Amino acid sequence: MAFHDPTADALQAPARPDKGRSLWTDARRRFFRNKAATVSLIALVLIALFAFFGQFLSPFDGETVDFTLIGVNATQGVPSFETGHYFGTDQEGRDLYARTVQGTRLSLLIGLVGSLVAVVVGTLYGATSGYVGGRTDNAMMRIVDVLMSIPFMFVLILLLVMFGRSLLMLFIGIGLISWLSMARIARGQTLSIKNKEFVEAAVATGVRPLTIILRHIVPNLLGVVIVYATLLIPEMIIYESFISFLGLGVQEPNTSLGALISRGASQLGNGVPWQLGFPLFFFVVMLFAFFFVGDGLRDAIDPKDR
Amino acid sequence: MTAPILQVDDLRVTFDVPVRGGWPWTPARKLQAVGGISFDLQPGEVLGVVGESGSGKSTLARAIIGTVPSTGGILFEGQDLSALGADARRSRRRDIQMIFQDPLAALNPRMTVGDIIAEPLTTHFPKTPRAEVRQRVQALMERVGLLPNLVNRYPHEFSGGQCQRIGIARALILNPKLLICDEPVSALDVSVQAQVVNLLRELRRDLGIAMIFIAHDLSVVRHISDRVMVMYLGRLMETAPARAIVERPRHPYTQFLISSVPIPDPALEKARPRPVLEGDLPSPLSPPSGCVFRTRCPKAKPRCAAEPPPPYEVGPGQRATCHYWDEPTPMVQAAE
Repeated sequence: MAFHDPTADALQAPARPDKGRSLWTDARRRFFRNKAATVSLIALVLIALFAFFGQFLSPFDGETVDFTLIGVNATQGVPSFETGHYFGTDQEGRDLYARTVQGTRLSLLIGLVGSLVAVVVGTLYGATSGYVGGRTDNAMMRIVDVLMSIPFMFVLILLLVMFGRSLLMLFIGIGLISWLSMARIARGQTLSIKNKEFVEAAVATGVRPLTIILRHIVPNLLGVVIVYATLLIPEMIIYESFISFLGLGVQEPNTSLGALISRGASQLGNGVPWQLGFPLFFFVVMLFAFFFVGDGLRDAIDPKDR
Repeated sequence: MTAPILQVDDLRVTFDVPVRGGWPWTPARKLQAVGGISFDLQPGEVLGVVGESGSGKSTLARAIIGTVPSTGGILFEGQDLSALGADARRSRRRDIQMIFQDPLAALNPRMTVGDIIAEPLTTHFPKTPRAEVRQRVQALMERVGLLPNLVNRYPHEFSGGQCQRIGIARALILNPKLLICDEPVSALDVSVQAQVVNLLRELRRDLGIAMIFIAHDLSVVRHISDRVMVMYLGRLMETAPARAIVERPRHPYTQFLISSVPIPDPALEKARPRPVLEGDLPSPLSPPSGCVFRTRCPKAKPRCAAEPPPPYEVGPGQRATCHYWDEPTPMVQAAE
């Protein structure tokens, strides 16, 4: 139904309450009118399916080493459907398809966890800080400033070196830093929302502060937060890849796109371009798709567009 | 006369204005938005509050409703609101509800109209069954002139006048005893203004709610109020029954306000004499000494700068804060 005529409803005055068109419904319609964003969203869904279910399509796992292939990678480990190594094999004779599935999954997870922490912690922290205001706001935001001024890449590397290179540490490290700028954005939005009259109406009615934050502030922040979170995912993926590229990220036998790209790049001179090409393809497509979806969401949710 | 529902005694609201470029510990400048206002409100009475922008009308409303800290007494049904704890005060807010100036901004864009109207009810009586909430919301929507089948719509799907009706429905759901209307019609078209004002009049007649009706438009206030209070720079200039304020304004500022209500006849409008008012509203950061109106008053005398005028009893139920209320105000005819 493209056009909804309220006067027609009024004339009939049906007994059943009719459905409202929420701002979310509007945004969804605008989003799907954006071709690039829609295609990117489909690409993301496909990549996610690939990352979480791709291993079932291959007879090989990412850990079994085929000793017969070591050293003759450039001639024997070529990508082919006959051998079942769709993406070829890596230097150790492991199936690159399975490795890529594994790496994509990890990179996706890192991005999702990072931005999930940002959404939950950052939004609540920023909204609370902005809503309470005054000294509390000042103190809370100075804490964020201090944390932000620490070169986090350095801290992350220290963390990984001190506590060992585990996946958990990587998640903790990325989670620790990802919420900071989100908190600032959420606070800034909250400051403008809390002076709206509907918040005052809620205060005047006697709604409790926590309920006001959750019911009136956060839902109105959510548009900006979602857009920022989608743009944060690729950022987190890039950070993780960078760390893995340095050799500090995930540990073998686990892998991530960054680690695969790093290894592929080092083998570039040996006639095995697929070792770089396949991980790089998924990396680039994933990042592009996230950026386009983020852009599309921003256009869809931005109320100034209306 | 019955006991007043609301007694306001020497209400003051002072805001801190941080000094620009100062240190965090530099003492802030004090801005007195409301400076010592006292009045009583009888049950079922409508008190109009007029004054130009920046005269502290809205701040007065916010102080009464408790969203702005204030000093002085606010006694609601004989109970001092400022002496109550946070929880007690919160539950007391049931009986005082407010209608806002910008009808759309007063409604959360992410909530359905039904949820918005029900919010006060679900806040104070969280155990109300859903069906009952729904039924009361729809009954109230009908009462304020909205189709009850629109409960699931969102605020942006309504016009300004409809949004104001939603705001009124939200304010009425708890059957409040006092309704504070902060310029409820100034953001609406004239034809819609009339509808909303008439709705408020009807509600007052049927439900007997006391109202504080704030507006900068004297003609609207006159239409709905029993008594009118004129404010200037956070002070009370004149209080009088609605008829008296139009027919026998005593304070030069009130006289100016009356004369600025346009008459829809160009000939009469031109011929009408009016007091001269010079300059702008002085900054509330440094209000004039004595009578705050003296800087713009056509009959200001040295005494006005020296001592602030007390409210003089100038007629039945009419009080004017002017030393020279019984002297004629110099008037001029509008220039050709």
